[in-house]
Amino acid sequence: MAAVTVPTRPAPFRRPTAEHGLVSWLTTVDHKRIGILYGVTAFAFFIIGGVEALLIRAQLTAPNGRILDAETYNQVFTMHGLTMIFFVVMPLSAAFFNYMVPLLIGARDVAFPRLNAFSYWVFLAGGLFLYSSFFLGGAPNCGWFCYEPLGVAEIGNNNSFYALGLQIAGLGSLVASVNFIVTIVNLRAPGMSLMRMPVFVWMTLVVSFLLLFSLPILAIGLFQLAFDRLFATNFFNVAAGGDPVLWQHMFWLFGHPEVYVLVLPAMGIVSEVLPVFSRKPLFGYPAIVFAGVAIAFIGFGVWAHHMFAVGLGPVANSAFAISTMVIAVPTGIKIFNWLGTMWGGSIRLQTPMLFSIGFVTMFVIGGLSGVTHAVVPSDYQQTDTYYIVAHFHYVLFGGAIFGLFSGIYYWWPKFTGHLYSERLGQVHFWLMLIGFNLTFGPMHILGLQGMPRRIYQWPPGMGWELWNAVSTVGAFLIAASILVFMANAVRSMARGERAEEDPWDGRTLEWSIPSPPPHYNFAEIPTVRSRDDLWHRKYAEDESGRPVTVVAGAAHPEEGDGEHDEVHIDMPNPSYWPIVAAAGLPLIGYGLIYHWVFIPVGVLLLLAGLYGWKIEPVEEHVEGASD
Amino acid sequence: MAAEPHVVMGHEAATATGLDNRKVGMWAFLGSECLFFGAMISTYLLYRNRIGEGQPRLGDVYDIPYTSVSAFVLLMSSVTMVLALAAIQRGEHRKLRVWLMATALLGLVFVGGQAFEFTEFVRHGFTFRSSAAGSAFFMLTGFHGAHVTVGILMLLGLFYLSVLGRLPTGDSLRVELVGLYWHFVDIVWIVIFTIVYLFPQ
Repeated sequence: MAAVTVPTRPAPFRRPTAEHGLVSWLTTVDHKRIGILYGVTAFAFFIIGGVEALLIRAQLTAPNGRILDAETYNQVFTMHGLTMIFFVVMPLSAAFFNYMVPLLIGARDVAFPRLNAFSYWVFLAGGLFLYSSFFLGGAPNCGWFCYEPLGVAEIGNNNSFYALGLQIAGLGSLVASVNFIVTIVNLRAPGMSLMRMPVFVWMTLVVSFLLLFSLPILAIGLFQLAFDRLFATNFFNVAAGGDPVLWQHMFWLFGHPEVYVLVLPAMGIVSEVLPVFSRKPLFGYPAIVFAGVAIAFIGFGVWAHHMFAVGLGPVANSAFAISTMVIAVPTGIKIFNWLGTMWGGSIRLQTPMLFSIGFVTMFVIGGLSGVTHAVVPSDYQQTDTYYIVAHFHYVLFGGAIFGLFSGIYYWWPKFTGHLYSERLGQVHFWLMLIGFNLTFGPMHILGLQGMPRRIYQWPPGMGWELWNAVSTVGAFLIAASILVFMANAVRSMARGERAEEDPWDGRTLEWSIPSPPPHYNFAEIPTVRSRDDLWHRKYAEDESGRPVTVVAGAAHPEEGDGEHDEVHIDMPNPSYWPIVAAAGLPLIGYGLIYHWVFIPVGVLLLLAGLYGWKIEPVEEHVEGASD
Repeated sequence: MAAEPHVVMGHEAATATGLDNRKVGMWAFLGSECLFFGAMISTYLLYRNRIGEGQPRLGDVYDIPYTSVSAFVLLMSSVTMVLALAAIQRGEHRKLRVWLMATALLGLVFVGGQAFEFTEFVRHGFTFRSSAAGSAFFMLTGFHGAHVTVGILMLLGLFYLSVLGRLPTGDSLRVELVGLYWHFVDIVWIVIFTIVYLFPQ
């Protein structure tokens, strides 16, 4: 097929060949560049979501706060939640999936490189679409869970942006999950059996399956909401037989697996970092892997613990209380495995390690407070109070964000080719740890004192003054710690020391190639002989099991040290079409909200993108070479 | 340049499982589709008797023999799809085009029948907006019809490629992938037809 179609094509059907500059980024299909795009975009959203968090805290510092009015407050806390979940933690995890998974399994790219670019552009389109609502009459204001009939009843277009924006972003994640399942199942290097895969790859696989099976449920819920809003259907209209509780089931059937989507990637990162900085293999590798899989399975059977106060009845509540407590078991297994990994190791307390330990400790606190509201009567007391806010921030900030920062520091030398300042890294960690606990620790107390969530003002005389003030101070400490991180990043890029291939004495394949990796990753696809393959290439064991360095020269039997530089490896060419196809989706969204004429334009753009995608040549031959 | 190893990504080695990437991807996608339809079927089961005062029920307006015939047509299109795949695997490209077109036409008959059925229902007052049951019915069957329509477009795309001579015998996987999707959409209809039309109202 390719031979027929390659040689003379009109310009729009050539594949782009730029390797530098803006066009090269817009058309890239390289998993590493897409990973960087995901990471940078997610960080930008992190700043936006963080500013929203500071606004919330500033408003709640003292009684009768006047910085935001009620309507703006609702929009800000809704967008804070949506941003942090869908446009920070998920894409930041996706950045690691993209950049690291092919390197960790010894592959040159993901299974479908153009589809990968499409996922990123669709995600970005969804984010921009959602945020454009601020300029078009107001952002969604129904909370990230958008309980009905709140979402339906709103008269403006705010919550139509919610329904359609999340739909677009969700499509990107769904496509990405298919891509990573195929990549991990099919593109492993020879010898990389499933039980030799790094735990981060395992967690990526588990998360991909979670998304694959939970996103379509959210998609249906969002369609129902959108139809109710746009076409006056009756899914959540009680007068015509609809039932708002259906939305809660749909949302949490997605929403609870989503919690594990947010935290399992961080658990994978921690499982990579702890062994390297303890100089010991991961303790109980199969247990950690199976615990991850078990969490995913059970994670589909606990959704109604978000709905204990809805009135599902004692039988349903008891069943979901039990399944919720059961899921603490595999989670506990992981905690003990991480402790076992550190036990007796020669621990180096460098920044990635600090963040990983921070993850384990903060996540334990969040997990334990979670178990307290698995108990139904206790949950009745806690639900809709700041206790819940404290709990899920310990899990998602103390958990996911700490884990992701651990990964950012750990792989920073690999991403950029530069070392960062260890001193600034440690300052970042301690500032963030202290700020985090000052912000969210007091919320446990506030919640138990009865301070409700989602209120824009609180009255004086409730005894909430002290802890609200402390919490706001903590929030600004977190912001300061992020500034330290940014300074560190800029400093590292500008004048950081060059990183070697293997600055941490690592265990996995990515440390066997230069930093940053060449565009083809591996000059020669490695053959894997064991778990932690690179470690075993570097070290043998003496009689007592202690590692001894393998004789120099034998250290990297797979590496030709520059001999392969001449190898010509064809990587997939960049492509215009993923971004073209993705651009059609927000147009369809605007069409549904404002005027139907945008819809055919969007559909045409989407179809044109897919058509161009289908017929473009497999590769562009620069000098008229042919197959 | 000529003497150097010349490797194109994705073609250099057999995959770890021996299955083509696209095939694994299609199976994963179909797994996701099960939940997509599952969520709509659950909604329908919950809402099937939620009818407002004075509004018609599905049972008042439907015509089971009519829909049975169109369901039969759709099922037969799976047979022609199998024949199309068998044809390309044997290298019989004229037959391939005949069976692809037959499958697309049978699908088109089904979608046309659904369009007619929808207008009949709406004429009798059972609409997307008339009740929660109506909303759930039209969403479920409408999304199914949309899936069949996408399938028809893919079949016509394959037909067009074959006419241009760009669907060689070695590319039979592309027919197989569309076939997987097509059979899935058919099987989903069996479930929908049973639950929506054959369960007692």
